[in-house]
Amino acid sequence: MEHTPGTSEIRLMKGNEALAEAAIRAGLQAYFGYPITPQSEVLEYLAVHMPKRGGVVLQAESELAAINMVFGAAGAGARVMTSSSGPGISLMQEGISYMASAELPCLIVNVQRGGPGLGTIQPSQGDYFQATKGGGHGDYHMIVLAPSSVQEMADFVFESFRLADKYLTPVMILSDGALGQMMEKVALPPEGSLPFIEKPWATTGKKPGQKRRIITSLFMQPEEMEEVNLRLQTKYRLIEKQEVRYEALETDDAEIVLVAFGLAARICEKALTLAREKGFKVGLLRPISLYPFPSKVFASLATNAEMFLVVEMNAGQMVEDVKLAVEGKRPVHFKGRMGGMIPSPEEILSEIETVIENEQVNT
Amino acid sequence: MKLPPITNGFEIVYKKPDTLTDTPMHYCPGCGHGVVHRVLMEVVDEMKIQDKTIGVAPVGCSVFAYNYMNVDMQEAAHGRATAVATGIKRVLPDRFVFTYQGDGDLAAIGTGETVHTVNRGENILIVFINNGVYGMTGGQMAPTTLLGMKTTTSPYGREAASAGFPLKITNLITQLPGALYVTRQAVHEPNAVRRLKKAVRLAFEYQLLKKGTCFIEVVSNCPSGWKMTPQESNKWMEENMFPMYPLGDLKVPSQTMN
Ligand SMILES: Cc1ncc(C[n+]2csc(CCOP(=O)(O)OP(=O)(O)O)c2C)c(N)n1
Ligand code: SF4
Ligand SMILES: [Mg+2]
Repeated sequence: MEHTPGTSEIRLMKGNEALAEAAIRAGLQAYFGYPITPQSEVLEYLAVHMPKRGGVVLQAESELAAINMVFGAAGAGARVMTSSSGPGISLMQEGISYMASAELPCLIVNVQRGGPGLGTIQPSQGDYFQATKGGGHGDYHMIVLAPSSVQEMADFVFESFRLADKYLTPVMILSDGALGQMMEKVALPPEGSLPFIEKPWATTGKKPGQKRRIITSLFMQPEEMEEVNLRLQTKYRLIEKQEVRYEALETDDAEIVLVAFGLAARICEKALTLAREKGFKVGLLRPISLYPFPSKVFASLATNAEMFLVVEMNAGQMVEDVKLAVEGKRPVHFKGRMGGMIPSPEEILSEIETVIENEQVNT
Repeated sequence: MKLPPITNGFEIVYKKPDTLTDTPMHYCPGCGHGVVHRVLMEVVDEMKIQDKTIGVAPVGCSVFAYNYMNVDMQEAAHGRATAVATGIKRVLPDRFVFTYQGDGDLAAIGTGETVHTVNRGENILIVFINNGVYGMTGGQMAPTTLLGMKTTTSPYGREAASAGFPLKITNLITQLPGALYVTRQAVHEPNAVRRLKKAVRLAFEYQLLKKGTCFIEVVSNCPSGWKMTPQESNKWMEENMFPMYPLGDLKVPSQTMN
């Protein structure tokens, strides 16, 4: 992480507030957002603290406007972010596609709630596809980081701004309503600990003798548009090589490996303990970067483990990436709860027992 | 060092300002877009603010405005130019920021952004080219299309009962306290061009006051979309567009500030 240990400040905070405070400490210069539960605390916190600490905070008339304000501010060279939840993130897809194409850095936070439609304000992981597969039109990706604690809500803000600047791309923190609302102890990095970099492409006014700067996502000639696409794809390959993040827990001797991200991973940790107490050799693989997805680690896991059990708070989205990564070498099972329901550790334990039993019957 | 131009003894009375690039414009013959580009850039040149000016191009025929205007520019999504401009101006408050938008862009898909940008009184200049059609996509009906006017999507003439009325968005935003200076101009004859230039100059100067949004509508033509010659289109505009969209100031700062 960016901060040096020992200089952090320890506080008890809600996930959304920790994220907002971390953003200010990471040098946030402008925030544009629109209220929606369960992320409104981000906007509310920044509305209180940004004016005092020097920075722009603006409640836009819609998420559509907010993301385009982010576009303008990012194009003008500012460290900028927005946050929302399902319905609002859907409205932002147009702007995210434009920013991916124009190669503008920014942070977008999705504090997920249950969908589809207006859905529910309870936590969910139903936006995995939207976040990792593009979401808007055209061939693009965002870097997507999935925190599973209030601490990571704060840490990943620093990480996201760093990655956004490094790769000139929108970065998403894919959180959920529970992580946003829960209170935990958090160590906050000191203010100003994330350096600013030169942005020689930003539109700040044409200097005499220099060429004007243009931020655009329009490339009318197909040859030129393909060039842009090739450049983006090269960038994505580099990101896939360099920025994979995951956490492996007790996978060395595991016969069954749980795979879960974010809140579901926390619950799986508890289920893992329960299962180990019962003598099941269970491990947990927690993808932290959802894009780039930690595909490679599954190849090595598949040599030792006998099966995988993917646990998500959706109808089965990340499980598709796991199956692609496992390449049919081992069975991949799925356990999901939807619509804002959270699986309990006991529920996962009994699913572990069921899949082990079924696999034994089958073989 | 810049060499003086070769004039063969003649006096230069008309030249391209440095704020316009050498790229040939793609606009149809007789189209108003090019004239408005030039007027804008002449003012930026005369005010010597090229290094402090950032423009936002729309989606419409003027999507490539950044190829012609020699200032830093961003290309916004369709209708979102004023939101993009808000983002720029908020983080660079001492720059001159303007948007350049058509009627489809500003008064249909971008209506929400337009109204709220002006309502916040963002200290930017909005230039609004009202040609009564969607030029770029081939002459479809716009919110500003006149009643009875035939377009490719109102082939029997615009009917209020099904397509609503021509939207006078300029009158609408005039009501907003965030609007500092609102005027409606044209570029169909030299005097009109001169008046527009005065308005643009004022609007850029007002930006320094930080007292609200400046909004200039230019009632313009679209000879291609209207299926007319440039001359016919100007005549048609005078006879049909001007009565609906009368030229002149709708709001000037003294009214706002007292
Ligand atoms: C979201 C979206 N919808 C539709 C379009 C297609 N489109 C491009 S330009 C345009 C209309 C432009 O008309 P106007 O703003 O009046 O500009 P003009 O060409 O007349 O100058 C439309 C509908 C688009 N680019 N993006
Ligand atoms: S289509 Fe109409 S608005 Fe577009 S360049 Fe041609 S005349 Fe101008
Ligand atoms: Mg038009």
